[in-house]
Amino acid sequence: MSKIISLISGIIFGVGLTISNMINPAKVLGFLNFFDQWDPSLIFVMIGAILISAPFFFLFRNKSKPLFAEIFSIPKIKTIDSELIVGSSLFGIGWGLVGFCPGPAIASLALVNEYAVFFLISMFGGFFLTSLVNYK
Amino acid sequence: MNIINFTPISAFAGGTIIGLAVVVFFIGNGRLAGISSITDNLLTSKQGRGDNFLFLIGLVVGPIIFLFSTTNEIPFFITNSLPLIIAGGLLVGIGTKVARGCTSGHGICGIARSSLRSIVATVLFMITAILTVAIIGIK
Repeated sequence: MSKIISLISGIIFGVGLTISNMINPAKVLGFLNFFDQWDPSLIFVMIGAILISAPFFFLFRNKSKPLFAEIFSIPKIKTIDSELIVGSSLFGIGWGLVGFCPGPAIASLALVNEYAVFFLISMFGGFFLTSLVNYK
Repeated sequence: MNIINFTPISAFAGGTIIGLAVVVFFIGNGRLAGISSITDNLLTSKQGRGDNFLFLIGLVVGPIIFLFSTTNEIPFFITNSLPLIIAGGLLVGIGTKVARGCTSGHGICGIARSSLRSIVATVLFMITAILTVAIIGIK
């Protein structure tokens, strides 16, 4: 059952990225172009997603297990460390260069665009380089 | 600053659908729908490999279902500058792995869980992304 849930969750997520057009790097860059010609849409995507999901995180906070798995897999780190700060800052620079973050980059495989594939390969390269310095 | 191309209704509607995906994955499998972590885990870990793989397959199937169920096209434009693509991809890969999350994991799931780490991460990557676009422009 957990496998079906994973597939369905992914499909719903992909439909959401498509309907909001966040799958489109140009749309995302429109949001990041804050000081010139600004498209605030991305904020509305985040607000919609957070409004729907936050109540469920709250309601399930004391539940011992999810419906179809043994445990909740939630990050245990709580500290604001240098890795969070440096990593997020670097991610933002890359996001601003192309307008792609991991979700849309993978979902856009549906559109068969060679530059999106080059981006994904580079992103995997970034994961790999980071793991070389023994980071996990 | 001028406001252009603003599509609040489709943005909010798409956002609530993404929120639904986050809810299903969380209450069903106890997992957070953070795409960078799911992808990195699929590439580097045997744990949960089937779930990670199927989630990402779904992520690609979603837009395909949209294409087959409507007559609408999906607006899509990406730069064709390979140096930008390669630098952007590398930085997104390194940054999200070191920060343990991206727009979905920190920006949506983390903020919805009121995680201070995720709020800090989201503010930071928004600032550096906006500054990057302000400096180099849109190619």
